[in-house]
Amino acid sequence: MRILNLIKVASRSLGKNKMRTFLTMLGIIIGVASVIAMLAIGEGSKKNIQDSISSLGTNTIMIIPGAITHGGVHLEAGTSQTLKREDAEAIRMRCENVIYVSPVVQKGAQIIAGSQNWRSGVLGVFNDYFFIRNLSVETGNGFSESDDRAAAKVCVIGQTIVTNLFGENKNPVGQMIRVERIPYRIIGILEKKGQNSFGQDQDDVILAPFATVQKRMLSTTNVNMIIASAKSEELIEDAKNEVIQLIRERHKLTPEEEDDFTVRTQSDISNIFGSVSKVLTILLASIAGISLLVGGIGIMNIMLVSVTERTREIGIRLAVGAKGRDVLIQFMIESIFISFLGGFIGVGLGSLISGLVARFGGWPISVTPFSVLLAFVFSAVVGIFFGWYPARKAARLNPIEALRYE
Amino acid sequence: MPAPLIAVKNLEKIYKMGEVEVHALCGISFDIYKKDFLAIMGASGSGKSTFMNIIGCLDHPSRGDFFLDGVNVSTMNKNELAELRNKKIGFIFQSFNILPRTSAVENVELPLLYNSSVGNKERRERAYNALKRVGLADRANSLPNQLSGGQQQRVAIARALINEPVVMLADEPTGNLDSKTSYEIMEIFQQLNEKGSTIVIVTHEPDIAQFALGNIIFKDGKIISNHPVVNRKTASSELIKLNVPVKEQAAA
Ligand SMILES: Nc1ncnc2c1ncn2[C@@H]1O[C@H](COP(=O)(O)OP(=O)(O)O)[C@@H](O)[C@H]1O
Ligand SMILES: [Mg+2]
Repeated sequence: MRILNLIKVASRSLGKNKMRTFLTMLGIIIGVASVIAMLAIGEGSKKNIQDSISSLGTNTIMIIPGAITHGGVHLEAGTSQTLKREDAEAIRMRCENVIYVSPVVQKGAQIIAGSQNWRSGVLGVFNDYFFIRNLSVETGNGFSESDDRAAAKVCVIGQTIVTNLFGENKNPVGQMIRVERIPYRIIGILEKKGQNSFGQDQDDVILAPFATVQKRMLSTTNVNMIIASAKSEELIEDAKNEVIQLIRERHKLTPEEEDDFTVRTQSDISNIFGSVSKVLTILLASIAGISLLVGGIGIMNIMLVSVTERTREIGIRLAVGAKGRDVLIQFMIESIFISFLGGFIGVGLGSLISGLVARFGGWPISVTPFSVLLAFVFSAVVGIFFGWYPARKAARLNPIEALRYE
Repeated sequence: MPAPLIAVKNLEKIYKMGEVEVHALCGISFDIYKKDFLAIMGASGSGKSTFMNIIGCLDHPSRGDFFLDGVNVSTMNKNELAELRNKKIGFIFQSFNILPRTSAVENVELPLLYNSSVGNKERRERAYNALKRVGLADRANSLPNQLSGGQQQRVAIARALINEPVVMLADEPTGNLDSKTSYEIMEIFQQLNEKGSTIVIVTHEPDIAQFALGNIIFKDGKIISNHPVVNRKTASSELIKLNVPVKEQAAA
């Protein structure tokens, strides 16, 4: 009953001072909107990175030569070139939890077709590679084990290569390209994949049989990496252990010696990027938190000014029998209302900004219920916290002095 | 003799301003009875406002006792004083002190918003009733800046009336008004007093004091005279004598 009256008193006071109410709210609106937008952008980029890691294939295991450098992670091939084609073949033979495996060698080269040329690279892989990386051949065919045995000069190319060497929407299957003077016959064209979230063009590839690239283009039997697929996502850790066990055995490492290779699963990689994007999200969230704090201080400032400006009003209320507590509650209701309505408008504005960023900036975004809840809780806390001091100040006024205030 | 409504005994008020002490009231004792209509007079700084604030439960005395309706108020805390102001006192100020940007009826109902035993409907009804009693029934939805000074003071009187106080206290209620409007305000006080209200006003103007039943004169924080008014005047006949069309009367 009494509280209902105080709500009435507070809402009348807010309604009669719309400009003041709006200005007080502005800080919270901006604070909440930036929390929403920044969290949405942070979440969105995390999701995007996660998606592209998953697109590598969720069961993927990568084996890279060289040990992990101390304390850190290295994604580049190490200096000690220790992996061979035979390691990959052994994995295929002996690791029960591995279904596909392929060694990978890479050679950067100038690609020539007729009068056109394009700087790219050739990957030498087994045909398992297509399954591991979820690549499908759109026109023509992939290569087979017999192509590998014969070191056949055939290749499968991505759309970017087609566009740059033959022109858009051409079908060059059957035609020749020259990679460092070696002529390759194009036998298939890959389906378009686009960019991944690291900005790499996934269509700028030429795939050729492993033996072809290794024997005809490289002077070493070392491979850049071995890539494999576990039979299922659940078996990925088992497969990883099997692989480690097997390669240690093959490399004749004693138990004291460290691995001279590194095995990474898709979940290892997504953890790394997960923690990177977590840092990003925390950074964005703290910027947003600061703007919310500034909004809160804005509320406090305007409430404090308004306590001074409204001294006479408070005096009148006290004179007709309001208790200090009634004035306190009125001011608290006002600041909570301001921060809630501000929070509400802020969520709307923040979602709008996120939407605009998504549409025009090409940024992936997602407004999560969590961030909405967080923004609301935070704005309520800010309202209560920063409303308290001015409210208490108002409640402690002496009625006579308040009435005498000009 | 019935028990006094307000009994004041050796009331003292000392203001401390750093090292300096100001004795605003130096031992005031007297009683106010039901249906009294007193006018307090005295030079500026003689302690009239200080006295009114104390019996209006807005301030504490430094020494002495003050009984309102048989209850000793001088020992009460802030919240108990607020309760008394809300239920038993109607206070009217020289500068009206009504809320800006707030309609007359909302201003009048203000005390009842702090009284949880009065519901919404009753509160509105009583506010309209109080406005009717001061002749402003037709201006219930007007904002203060649409009302004249006299009308604003009448809103303040209606606000003081709404809780049916045991005493109405008015500190220079006509101090900001011209003489005709002052008479109109005094006419309202006289009407209220005739219907049973107990009223204490402070005034500088002897002609205003003539409308009361008794006059008290303050000097340097003491009462130097307390006497009934002889040849008491009625504000309505004085208004006719002023020989101006009596506006705003019809509604009253
Ligand atoms: N809050 C205060 N602080 C200090 N002195 C005050 C205060 N209020 C009033 N006084 C002093 O007390 C005396 C009485 O003041 P007041 O009651 O306002 O007189 P009046 O209303 O008769 O003009 C004056 O000397 C005045 O200066
Ligand atoms: Mg005074």
